[in-house]
Parts: sequence; structure tokens; C-alpha cells
Amino acid sequence: QTGYTEPWLELYSMEWGLREDLRDCVVAAAPYGGPIALLRNSRRDKTPSARPLLEIYSASGLLLASVPWKSGQLVHLGWTAGEDLLCIQEDGTVLVYNLFCEFKRHFSMGNEVLQNHVLEAQVFHTEFGTGVAILTGALRFSLATNIDDLKLRRLPEVPGLQKPPPCWTVLAQDRVTMVLLAMGQELFLLDNTSCSVLVSPAGPSGVPGAPRGARAVLRLDGLGSTWDGGSCPCPWMGWNCWDLMSLPTQPIPRSRCWKGSWKEIMEAVGCCQVLAVGPGATPRLEQPPHPRFVPIPAEASQEIFRIASMAPGALLLEAQKEYEKESQKADEYLREIREQQLLPEAVGQCIEAAGYEHEPDTQKSLLRAASFGKCFLDKFPPEGFVRMCQDLRVLNAIRDYQIGIPLTFTQYKQLTIEVLLDRLVLRRLYPLAIRICEFLRLPEMQGVSRILAHWACYKVQQKDKSDEEVAQAINQKLGDTAGISYSDIATRAYDCGRAELAIKLLEYEPRSGEQVPLLLKMKRSKLALGKAIESGDTDLVYTVVLHLKNELNRGSFFMTLQNQPVALSLYRQRIEGRVAALQNALDEFYKAKNDFAAKATEEQIKLLRLQRHLQEELDKPYLDLSLHDTVATLILDGHHKRAEQLYRDFRIPDKRYWWLKINALATRGDWEEMEKFSKSKKSPIGYLPFVEVAVKHHNRYEAKKYAPRVPPEQRVKAFVLVGDLEQAAEAAIERKNEAEMSLVLSRCSPGTDGALAERLNRARAQLLKK
Amino acid sequence: MALAGRRDAPEPPDFGILKRLARDQLVYLLEQLPGKKDLFIEADLMSPLDRIANVSILKQHDVDKLYKVETRPGPGASDQFCFLVRPRVRTMRFIADVTCDEWSFYLLPLDEDIISMELPEFFRDYFLEGDHRWINPVARALQLLNSLYGPFGKSYGIGRCAKMSYELWRDLEEESDTEGQGRKPEIGHVFLMDRDTDYVTALCSQVVYEGLVDDTFRIKCGSVDFGPDVTSSDKSIKVLLNSQDKVFSQIRNEHFSSVFGFLSQKSRNLQAQYDRRRGMDIKQMKDFVSQELKGLKQEHRLLSLHIGACESIMKKKTKQDFQETIKAEHSLLEGFDIRESTSFIEEHIDRQVSPVESLRLMCLLSITENGLVPKDYRSLKTQYLQSYGPEHLLTFHNLKRIGLLTEQAAGETLTAVESKVSKLVTDRAAGKITDAFNSLARKSNFRAISKKLGLIPRLDGEYDLKMPRDMAYVFGGAYVPLSCKIIEQVLERRGWQGLEEVVRLLNGNEFCVSDSAVEDNPAWECQRVILAVFLGGCTFSEIAALRFLGKERGCKFIFLTTAITNSARMMEAMIEAKA
Repeated sequence: QTGYTEPWLELYSMEWGLREDLRDCVVAAAPYGGPIALLRNSRRDKTPSARPLLEIYSASGLLLASVPWKSGQLVHLGWTAGEDLLCIQEDGTVLVYNLFCEFKRHFSMGNEVLQNHVLEAQVFHTEFGTGVAILTGALRFSLATNIDDLKLRRLPEVPGLQKPPPCWTVLAQDRVTMVLLAMGQELFLLDNTSCSVLVSPAGPSGVPGAPRGARAVLRLDGLGSTWDGGSCPCPWMGWNCWDLMSLPTQPIPRSRCWKGSWKEIMEAVGCCQVLAVGPGATPRLEQPPHPRFVPIPAEASQEIFRIASMAPGALLLEAQKEYEKESQKADEYLREIREQQLLPEAVGQCIEAAGYEHEPDTQKSLLRAASFGKCFLDKFPPEGFVRMCQDLRVLNAIRDYQIGIPLTFTQYKQLTIEVLLDRLVLRRLYPLAIRICEFLRLPEMQGVSRILAHWACYKVQQKDKSDEEVAQAINQKLGDTAGISYSDIATRAYDCGRAELAIKLLEYEPRSGEQVPLLLKMKRSKLALGKAIESGDTDLVYTVVLHLKNELNRGSFFMTLQNQPVALSLYRQRIEGRVAALQNALDEFYKAKNDFAAKATEEQIKLLRLQRHLQEELDKPYLDLSLHDTVATLILDGHHKRAEQLYRDFRIPDKRYWWLKINALATRGDWEEMEKFSKSKKSPIGYLPFVEVAVKHHNRYEAKKYAPRVPPEQRVKAFVLVGDLEQAAEAAIERKNEAEMSLVLSRCSPGTDGALAERLNRARAQLLKK
Repeated sequence: MALAGRRDAPEPPDFGILKRLARDQLVYLLEQLPGKKDLFIEADLMSPLDRIANVSILKQHDVDKLYKVETRPGPGASDQFCFLVRPRVRTMRFIADVTCDEWSFYLLPLDEDIISMELPEFFRDYFLEGDHRWINPVARALQLLNSLYGPFGKSYGIGRCAKMSYELWRDLEEESDTEGQGRKPEIGHVFLMDRDTDYVTALCSQVVYEGLVDDTFRIKCGSVDFGPDVTSSDKSIKVLLNSQDKVFSQIRNEHFSSVFGFLSQKSRNLQAQYDRRRGMDIKQMKDFVSQELKGLKQEHRLLSLHIGACESIMKKKTKQDFQETIKAEHSLLEGFDIRESTSFIEEHIDRQVSPVESLRLMCLLSITENGLVPKDYRSLKTQYLQSYGPEHLLTFHNLKRIGLLTEQAAGETLTAVESKVSKLVTDRAAGKITDAFNSLARKSNFRAISKKLGLIPRLDGEYDLKMPRDMAYVFGGAYVPLSCKIIEQVLERRGWQGLEEVVRLLNGNEFCVSDSAVEDNPAWECQRVILAVFLGGCTFSEIAALRFLGKERGCKFIFLTTAITNSARMMEAMIEAKA
């Protein structure tokens, strides 16, 4: 444990047995301990017969998958944030593969690229997703900032660019994506609209937005970020592909393979951690044989492992070692820490440092020291220690070369356990993922269930096994685990073209409500209907029936129902079910000798049947209306004959029917029909209602027609209503009724009806005299 | 009461204490849960809670957000939830895994003389479902009032629920043996009455202003939302209606016909007061502005609101032929022209005027006539079902069970049998037979009671509604509310002596108990303060009538009710909502 005498740490001795020079391959390593893609012999060997192999390895060099490359000339490989491989061809077509070399989709970088060809390309990451930048043969840059939402952009020309720039990179900052390129002694910044000179031989110029005092520009993990020498603004911990340009004190690198010493890199990178996969993508050092990790030791580690360090953590580590040796020096060290009252810090330092260590032995000794120190503390919160132990177990497990995800502690924290689990699922490492979930005691819904569901979705794609086998295997493993949706798995199976398997899987779905929609989607409506009926959930049955009704035209809908008597009866049940319930009620009412209620129920059954009939025939909702509203609606729609029929069938009292009808006719504005109706026979409600209804609907003209037919005792009121004061007065005088005269008088305005008022007053005086 | 002659009614006791007690207890409960918390409240507790403790008080005690109990807490919710609910099964499904505490909030003083328990469901729960769960709160409320303002010297009551509540309260008193004695009591008498003693009054259209406002706009928890048609602006205004409102306090008990006149007189006076400004010198003007103007402005605002309310009521009522309805109601009460009233109701249903109104008129017809003749019963019911759907079969079933809308037994009306029997045997025996009949089918016996108590004033000339002579003014001089008349009679007689016949017709369950421990000192003011307890709700008309009686007799009525009710609320409690 002498600290870091070596500037790097060997992670794995690569298993791939690569004989070729990496320089001759197109290589891309994914960030966050991701896989490495490799296409051999792509450039040198141009004989068309030799199909190069596209291979994907884990970070430890285990072959995950390979596929012969049959497409066009490959220029560049890159990984998306979701670990999809982007293969950029010379013609600007980008092919997307997954981790297992399975083709997913492709897209094009546009016509301009197609014509001028891709010279160089880069894949970069922004906060929105993964982007692609292209340098075309015309020495123009084209880029798309998010391949999932493809919007192509062509950047302006770079003045004076005669040949491909020796070094360029994409910077994505604050939602703006720019290209930074070096040429000769100059550094250019290329944005959407313009190209500005950032650094000229004369020194940095004051371009707004340019990194102040830029000395180095780092591209870490494709997420371009500027670094100004002091703090580390890099939001992403760096991985295996980077460009480094040291400006302007260093000469501009001629090639993208920057040559320098590790020490310089470390100085330049500052507090960042950089992992360099030696045979990495574009930039590389002197091609070390194995992936190396350049740990920039965290402060805690440095404090502890510095030679002759007197930091509390270091002392605690020593104390523990001495304690194991059963030496009294342990006590001395311990006392030294305790005298300064730094024991909590010491324990904290040891725990923290353990996280940054890669060797399990070192981790263990640090944790042991922390545990030892903890014994001398009251109430030291144990969570940090426990969590660190858990995290390290997870990390060590995934760093194993069989798995090959060499995450650092910081990366692990940034990635979060959920994303890590996703990545394990992506690599089909289901058992490990489940083990981790169980170990960390994640809730089933987030953890085990989810992974099992993913497993099952993968399982259904195994075409070599029979439907029966697959379905059984899935059910055996999943059982009734909470949060598993068999219908989701079945949907996946259906998407893979295995409809029969999907149906088998649906058998395991306990919720009929989930079975039916997929069956409908699979156009197995017969089966869906069967399932719905089986479920006994009438709502579900109607869902299917309504679905059928929408899908099919009227004729074939009924044909379908005719062919399936069950369905037809179910469709009827919508009403018949209620009728049946009412029938039960009816029987009970009879038993209870409640004749009235029985009769009312009978009428309701009759009404429901009739309403269904009306609904089908007139294509308008009639169900659930009261008898009154049913008749009123019929009249409103002009179905007078039918209304008449109901009036007779249900023995609606005359008065009600007349009130109802004139109201409905007036609402409809059918004055002609109303007049006809008024003459059909003698009104059982008199004719004042006609006047009132017409006035209510602001039709005085019609109202006037009925006023004379009103019997004398109501006639004055009727004339007043229609506003015919003259006639009203006459009627009142004729009837010699003082109250009615007063009523008319009260409506007379002195200006216009002077004469009338006088006449009334006279008549009234005469009446009173008598 | 013993003292004749008109004395000024005593001041009511201060019920603000009740509010403070409830608030302090709530605060205490909230403080039992330290730290931030979200409060979930049942919808019908919102308004009462608002009257007890406003939002800022809640905030002071770390209540972060307020939700209705049905809502799910959104993101950013506090980690402590506090639920404020009535003990109901249906609300409990929103809540799981809680510790319970009781907020013993029974009494909400709505006004200086009205205390409400805010339990509108009491009516249906007890009288229809026969559920006794709310009797305990009533007894506890009595206990609380007794300890604060008692001891009550004398307790009267009528009705089964009244009796049970009274007995439970006495049991509670015995258990608790509090030292309430030695204090000078502030309330001398308590009178408990079941709503089913008098359904008629509650079913009548109200015509005193406060009752009309309640019928038209629905007063909720002592305040009303005046809509745009009243405020003559585009927004609603929530107005607190109580004795603090200077305009309202003067018109609340008036018959509606005199309200308009009063308001216009008032506005003229107000104008005159404004006009005084002219001819003032600067000093006077300064005084005017600093002392009077604010008051005038406030009054002006209230005045215009109430005028707006009056106009809106007028508009609505003329649309519905209010006069006709009142006329029909009066003939029902007096028992004239039953045939005509029946066809009026029939037309009312046929014209689909209003489902609740039609039902109310049918109930009024039934209860004043001791049930409907089978033919009418059937035809009205059929008409109603045709208009509003068959689910109202259940509504009619409810109404029958509670005795509001019944059918006369075919072939014989009870009164006929009764009169035959009474000819044969002594009155006492006849009474027993009637009791037996009554227990079979609840009979209202309204007509007989009305005759005995003289509920329909004999009319000689026009009834001057501006200068009322009896409690009948609250129904336009046509009818003295039965409930109030009973209270008047019992207080006057200091017991039930002489009312035996009425009690029998009312199905008994009357009681009258003096607390021997309390001195019966007629000189004490408290002898003239009476707590009238209405179990199942009371209407503003009844309150107005008793206020009038109090003024006449120089005593003060305090009202304790399970809720303020009116005919529409009673009907709605019976209507089965569409499934």
C-alpha cells in the first residue's frame, strides 16, 4: 500500500486477443464502463470479398456479439447514452444497432452529406440526448443534436479551410451546440450563424462566450465541456475518449492523437477522473496494451495514502493495522486522533476513501479501519458505513471481468442504481440484476418484478423454443409475482409476431380487463368477447361490443352478432339485464301485494323496451328518460305519431299530455301543429295555457289567436298577457268585474292609453255606484 | 312567564364561549401533532370549521395545506396528515392506519340566539332509518350548555327522541357530577321537541324574510351566496346573515310584504343622512367623514344587497305562481276545497314545475288530511313517476315510512272509526284505541290538533302583517306554527296539564321535569330565558315566530337545532338520488 506510484491502474487484461493494430480498426468505447465496438480491417482492406466483422466487446474484452458488416463504407462508430451503437457510413447513413449487434433502425444525415460524403464524424452527448456531427468532403460541418428527434443543421463555412482540420470537437453548453476546431495556430468556434476566431497566434481574443483564459479544452465522453484550468466544470466524469488541446502555450497538436505524458494529462485534467481505454476510439496514448484507469485520487484517499501522512484517516488506518498486530502502538495512534477530537473525521475519511479504491483488499482494510474507529465513538450514524459496504459490493460485482462494467464510485452515484439495473438488463444479465435488487432490498415493483418482466420480454423473442415451452418457462419463473403484467409481455410477444404465444401468455393474466384490449388489438375479437364473458364483467363485454360496433359497419356488426348468438344476447343485455332486474323486483312486489309498485315496474319495463326500440330506430338516446321526457323528446323531434302512440299505450292523462305537447311544440316553434292540435278536440286544460306558452316563447302573434277562445272568466287575463289592453278592458267592462278592471288599469300607461283608462275608470265608478 | 305585562326581554347569554372552546380544543389537538401537516376536511365540515378557526389560525399551528377528504395528496405534501371528519363509514375508506382523537365540537353558534349542531343528516338518520347514533351528541351538547349556562331549572319535551336525549343527558350528568351548582344560571328552561311532532310547519312555504332567503338562496352555516342577479355585478358575494348586519337584523323576522316598504324607507333615511353633508362647515364635515361616513357606506352596501335579494325573490316567485301556491297551501291548512287543491297539485306535476315542490305539496296534502284517499294517492304517484322516473318509487316508500305521504286505509278513515268508538265508550278508552291505531300507522291528526289549539286564526277583516297580533303572521296570518304553539302553551301552563288531548293526538312521549336542586326563583332573569331544542331541524319561520312570542311575553328564546331546515331540505333528504 504505497499509494500511487503507477499513474494508472490496470483494470483488465483484455480477453479479445486482438492481433491487428487498433489504428487499422474503427473503434468506439461507450461511456460509463460501456461496451467497445470494433470493426476490423475497414479501411485498409478494400477487397469487397472480405466482409469485415463488426464486433462488440464488454469493457473487459469479452465478445458480446458480432455480425459481418454488409453495409457501406464505415467512417465512424459511436455509442448513444442508452448504449446503442451508431455506425456512420460514408454516405451519411447512420445505422443503429443494439448491444448485441441487432439492427434497430437507420437514418440519414441529409442530402448534402450524401453528395459530399462523410470525411470525419463524431458522436457527442448533450443534455437532450445523443448527437452526431459530420465533417463532409466539402469541409462543411453538419450536425444533429438529438438523433431521437432528428433535426439536421448545417453550420456556416469556416473561412480559409483548405483541408480537414487536424483537430475538432463538439461543444454543447447551455443548449447551444458549437464546433471547436483547431487549425495551424488558430482556434475557431463555429456556431449556428458564424465562425469566430477564439485564439490566434497573437493570443486569446475576446470573443464573447469563449472560455475565459482558456488553456485547455477537454472533450470528455463526447460531452464537450470547457475547462479553464481551475475548478472542474465538467458535468460528466470522463471516460475513454477525449481530446486534449493545450492552448496556447503548447503547440497545436498535429493529429488527433495527442502525445503527452500522463502527468501532463493529469495536471490538465485536474480533479477529473479519466479512464482511458488504451486501444480506445480516436485519441490514444502510446497504445498501452490494456485499459487503464487514471485515478485522480480523491482528497480522502490522498490524505490517507500520502507518504507519512498525519491525517486522521491515515492514523486510524495505522492504528487498526497495529491493533491487528496486537501492538500497543494502536493505542498511541488512536489517542493521537482522539486528542485532536478528530475520530469522527477519521472514520468518515476511511469510509469515503474506500469508495475510491478499486482493490477489494484496500477497500476492506479501509472499511475495517473505519469499523475499528467507530467502536470508540458514541452514536456515530451507521448509515454511511452500511451504504458504502453495500455500494462497494455492487461495484465489485459489476467490475468483475465476466460482467465488465468498470464503474467508479462517483460514476455509480451519478448513474444511479436504477440506470445501472437498466444497463444490466440491457446486457441480459438478469440474475445479477435480481441479486442486486434483493441485496439492496429494492421494492419489488421497482426491482425484481421489473427485471423479471424484462426477462420475460426477452424470452419471448427466443424463436428456437416452442410457444408452449416459452410460456411455461415464463410462468414458472414469474408465477404470481406482484407487479408483473402478463399482458405487457404478451404485447411484446405479439410485437415479435408470435400471436399464439401472446394468447398463451394472456392465459396467465389474472385481470381480464388486461387480456381483452390486447386480444382486440390482435383482432381476435371472438376470443376477446369470450374472455370478457368469462370474466363476468359486463363493462368489459360492452367494451368489446362497442369496439366491434365502431370497427365494423352497421351491417357486418349485426352479422357478426347474428353469427355469435352469445354476443347478440349480450348486446341486448344492456337493456335486458335491467329488464331482468326489474322483473325480479316485479315478482317481489307481487309477493308483497304492492300492486301499485308492481304496476309502475311493469310500465317501466315496457318503457325500457320501447326506448331501446326508439333508440335503434331513430338513432338518438332515449334510454333513461322518464315517460314524460320520452314523449316530449319525440314531439320535439317531430315524431307526433309515435308520441300519440305512447300517450295511448301508457294511458297518459289528457291534461298532462296537452300540457306536455303544447310546451314541446312551442319549444320547437311548430305553431302550425299547435294550432292544428288546439282544434283537434276541446282542450282539457282550457286555452289560457296556449296563450301563456306562446307569450313565454315571445310569440304574441300566435298568442293572440287563442285569446278569444279562452273562457270569459280568464279572458281578461289572456288579453292582458297578449298585450291587447283594449279587448281586455272591453271584456272586463262586459263582465262588470271590478278587480279585473283594476288589473287592466294598472297596465295602462297614462301617456298612450289615456282614453282607455278614462273609460275604465268611468265603468268602475258606475259599478261602484250600484 | 308568570309575570304578566310586557317587559323587555333579557339579553341572551354569550355564546362566543362555545366558539372559543371549540377553537381551543382544535388548536390543542393540532399541537399534539408537532410539525408540518396537511389537513383533510370533510366537505360538510368546511363551513363550520371556517366559522370556528380561519385559515390563518390553522397556518399558525403548522397546517400546511387544506384538502377535501376525497382528494389524494399531491406531490409536495407534508408527511403528516390530519383528518377532520364526522364518524361515517363512507369517509373512512379514504383513511387508513390512523390514530384517532375526538374533537368534541357539537355546537356552532350561528347567531346570538341560534346554536346549530350542523347535523343535517340527523333528520334522515333518526326519523327514517331509526339510527340512534346522533342522540349521544345531542345529550353531550345539552350537558355542555348546562354546565356553561345552567343549571336549567325546568325541562319540558315531547317526542321519542327528545325523551331519549333528555334521559341520556341526565345519565351523563349523574356520571360526571360536576360542580355546576352555586352559579347563577343564565338559562332557566329547556324545551326539547322532535321534528316529527310538527311536519306541517316545516313543509309550508316561508314568507318571513329570513325564511324566504333560505328557501330561495339556501343559507349555509349562517351565510349566503348572493349570485350575480342579486349583486347586479358579475360575481357572487358571500354575506354573513346575523344580528351584526344592521339592515338584516331589522327585516329578518318581517313578513315579506312589509320588507320592501321598510327597505325603501330606510334608503330614503340613508339618503337624508348623506344629504346632511350639504351646509356643513369644515369641522362638521370632518366629524361626519371620520365618524359616520364609514357606517353609512356599510349600511348602504347592505341595503342595496337586500334590495337586490328582494327583487330576485320577487322575480323567481312570480315566475312560479307563488300566490297560487300560497293560496293552495292555505286551503290545505284550513281544510277547504281539498278537491281543488288536489287538482292544483296534479297540474303542478303535469307542468313539471319542480320535482321537490310537487313532492312538498303532496306531503302537505297528505299530512293535513291524515293521508291521501287511495284514488288520489295512486294517481298523484303515477303522475309523479311518469314525470320524474320510476326510481322515485323508493322516494315514496321513504315518505310513507316516515309518515309524510301516506295512503288512507281503504274503506275507513280512522277518524270515522274513532268517532264511532268514542260514542260507545269513555273518552279515555277511545284515546287508548286511537293510540293503538296510531302505532299501526302514524297519523298526523293535524286537523284535530289544529282545532284544539286554534292554529287557524279566525279572520275578521284584513290581517295586518305590519302589526302582527300573533305568531300566525309568519304564515301571512293564516296559520300559527304548531311547534311554536305547543311551546307557548306548555310554558304558559308550566307543564302539560290541560293539553292531554293534544298530547294524545301527538302520540305522547311528553315530559316535564323540575330540577329540585335548582331554586325556583322567579326574580331571576334566567326564568325568562328558554332554550328551545329542535331535534331534526327547525325553520327560520319557527325562529321568527318564537322571537315574536318572546318579545310579546318579555322573554328570550334561544334555539338549539340539529340543523336549520326548510321544506326543500326535508324533501331532498327523502329523495332517492338516481343510481
